[in-house]
Amino acid sequence: MLQNPELHYLDNAATTIVAPEVADVIDRAMREHWANPSSLYAPGARSEEALNAARAAVARTLGCKSRELYFTACGSEGNNMALLGAALTRKFGKGIVVSGFEHPSVQKPLERLAAMGYDVTVVKPNPDGTLDIDQMLDAVDKNTILVACMMVNNEIGTRNDVERLAAEVKRKNSRAIVHVDAVQAWMRVPIKLANIDTLSVSGHKIHAPKGIGALYLSDSLYQAFQAPYLGGEQEREKRPGTENLPYALGLAAAATRLNKSMKSRDAAVRALNQRLREGLKAFPEVVINSPDNAVPEVLNFSENCIKSETMLAHLAQQQVYVSSASACGRGQPSHTLAAMGKDPLAIDTAIRVSFCADNTPEDVDAFLNAFEDGMKHLQRIRR
Amino acid sequence: MREIIMGYQGEMSLKGLNRNQFESAMMKILRYRLKTVGKFKVYCTQSTFYMEPEEEDVDMDLAFDRVRTVFGLAALSRSVVCEKDFDTICQTAEEYLGDSLHGIKTFKVEARRSDKTYPMTSPELMRELGAYLLGKHNYLRVDVKNPQFKVIVEIRDYGAYIHGPKIPGEGGLPVGTSGRALNLLSGGIDSPVAAYRMAKRGLALDHIHFASPPYTSERAKLKVKTLAQKITPYTGSSNLFVVPYTKPQEYIRDNAPDVLFTVLMRRSMMRIANTIATKQGCEALITGESLAQVASQTVKALQCTDAAQDLPILRPLIGMDKTEIIETSRHIGTYETSILPYEDCCTIFTPPHPKIRPELAEILEAEAAMPGLAELEAEAAENTERIRIRITDEIEFEG
Repeated sequence: MLQNPELHYLDNAATTIVAPEVADVIDRAMREHWANPSSLYAPGARSEEALNAARAAVARTLGCKSRELYFTACGSEGNNMALLGAALTRKFGKGIVVSGFEHPSVQKPLERLAAMGYDVTVVKPNPDGTLDIDQMLDAVDKNTILVACMMVNNEIGTRNDVERLAAEVKRKNSRAIVHVDAVQAWMRVPIKLANIDTLSVSGHKIHAPKGIGALYLSDSLYQAFQAPYLGGEQEREKRPGTENLPYALGLAAAATRLNKSMKSRDAAVRALNQRLREGLKAFPEVVINSPDNAVPEVLNFSENCIKSETMLAHLAQQQVYVSSASACGRGQPSHTLAAMGKDPLAIDTAIRVSFCADNTPEDVDAFLNAFEDGMKHLQRIRR
Repeated sequence: MREIIMGYQGEMSLKGLNRNQFESAMMKILRYRLKTVGKFKVYCTQSTFYMEPEEEDVDMDLAFDRVRTVFGLAALSRSVVCEKDFDTICQTAEEYLGDSLHGIKTFKVEARRSDKTYPMTSPELMRELGAYLLGKHNYLRVDVKNPQFKVIVEIRDYGAYIHGPKIPGEGGLPVGTSGRALNLLSGGIDSPVAAYRMAKRGLALDHIHFASPPYTSERAKLKVKTLAQKITPYTGSSNLFVVPYTKPQEYIRDNAPDVLFTVLMRRSMMRIANTIATKQGCEALITGESLAQVASQTVKALQCTDAAQDLPILRPLIGMDKTEIIETSRHIGTYETSILPYEDCCTIFTPPHPKIRPELAEILEAEAAMPGLAELEAEAAENTERIRIRITDEIEFEG
């Protein structure tokens, strides 16, 4: 890493290290903006002003209006709020269409809706890890109230064409709500909100701390939208609760910081990804699971030799940190790879490397060296 | 109303001249458990332990939770103490147990007098108090054979005790009265149950765990720590020794016949456990082995394991079925943790077809061909990490 050459943190899809300047902003905000933004006196007004500025800054990076941006606690909350809210909002039908490799915070709310009588169509990814948008569109009809699809898959990095999906869905059924989980996409790929109704992002994937995220809720949906929460008037009554002002300011700082450097970061990360792919060619057993259209930040592969749990612990001894599937699964086998129809060995030996712009070629080399050592010396899976 | 907790001796009351040793051990344990709850007076008379709060506002629910898992108590109850005069007894009984009498149909009153100078006899007391309660709860009937609720009154020298319902205790003997042993804790379902079983027979415990990074992860170690923690309400505080076992394990894998690997590994673990046990003053080893559960738990394999070192190996689960073991593990609350999916040291490198009936002679021969093993074992024992495991609910947030 740039800040610590000893540390090779290559698990940025799980979480990122908080940027020092972001931590400074939060530290200062905690001391200065102690007042409740809803309070009438001067310090309260100053807090509100700061909150508005933060909202505007984050909205700018997404290309939406300030008032279309709602602060949440995390990506999972944004997803829950949008999906359960969509079901409360649209009463004309029961149809829901979703991709087969969503994050659990999308899967589980839809499972609950299915149990409540909604007709949920799950479209599995192709064996190569891509998603057939047309297949999703085929499932959309006049009865469809909600279509949900992630922009970038968290485990293998697939870049789904949600822009086309949203446009086509609206053409088939203009009243269907389109929700996009953009947690892994934000600040990695450009986001265009046209035709998208709700979109969730998270702070801790972009070097802000855990505990802050945001949901874009299009103004055209605002009036009708029934949020699953009830309470005070904060966040235009859609997400009540006293605002987490310091973290909102941190989120704004983190987003602004990265928004300037999207292109140059992309090039740097692409080079790291390429370096890793080149290095992995030395191991004939390795099979890449990430599809060709994946974002460069994520490279998922199966080494087909050593249990990922063992390999991960081995890499960790050299301060090389990667993960086996998603960190949200806590060591459970990858549901994305299973949905792709991968064999059990490939799933048991899967490794996800995920970069950020603070990674260096040395990190990739450290990974490759430790990986090579592990492939040579660790006990292989017996068959 | 002054409430107290009473614990009734089980097996301990059958002890002869050394019974007071058990009783004082028990009181020491009870005092320790109650130390952080409040100021308590703990004493023992007539085969019963009394725990009396000495200050107001003591959380008696918490105190009861703390002591109900203590080994050595066959049953426990909470009681209220009052003056021995009959009217007070009636009023207190109504006040303390009135709620319990709602929603039931039958009850009876039992009375005992250890203070024989008391003016009423036990049958009189039963009759009169029964009549009083019937007057208050006219829907009740007396059923002396099979009542839904028993009101128990004891007239003791210092006062009258009106008991709440009796709740079964864990039984067994006070931890520590049988000495100290070292429990081999793997992270599976069986070993915490074995620890529970032996603590029940009065053994104080330390645990030993073999970690083989990178084959076993940091999370596997954390899991074992959690298991050791979860059984502390039964075992009391203990030490967890974590042995870095990768090198001996790899050495055996590389230098011994594949089919004998598991037994050789277990012997090696026993030798290291012996070293640690001896250093810690433990007089026995405990394992969760159950006969014929896996290849290393056949009679022949156990013979080979036993011969590795000279401390007695206690195997409380030897005659238990897996379902029985699982039942106990649910009872003590370790099951959910035990089934977490992390790799443990016993499952790595294991051959697909281990020898089921190994002969000691061939095992010794295989060990003779591993001259470097002893040194690696000594090194592992030397580098063992000690983690102090304290009784669960005494952990406070260190913020």
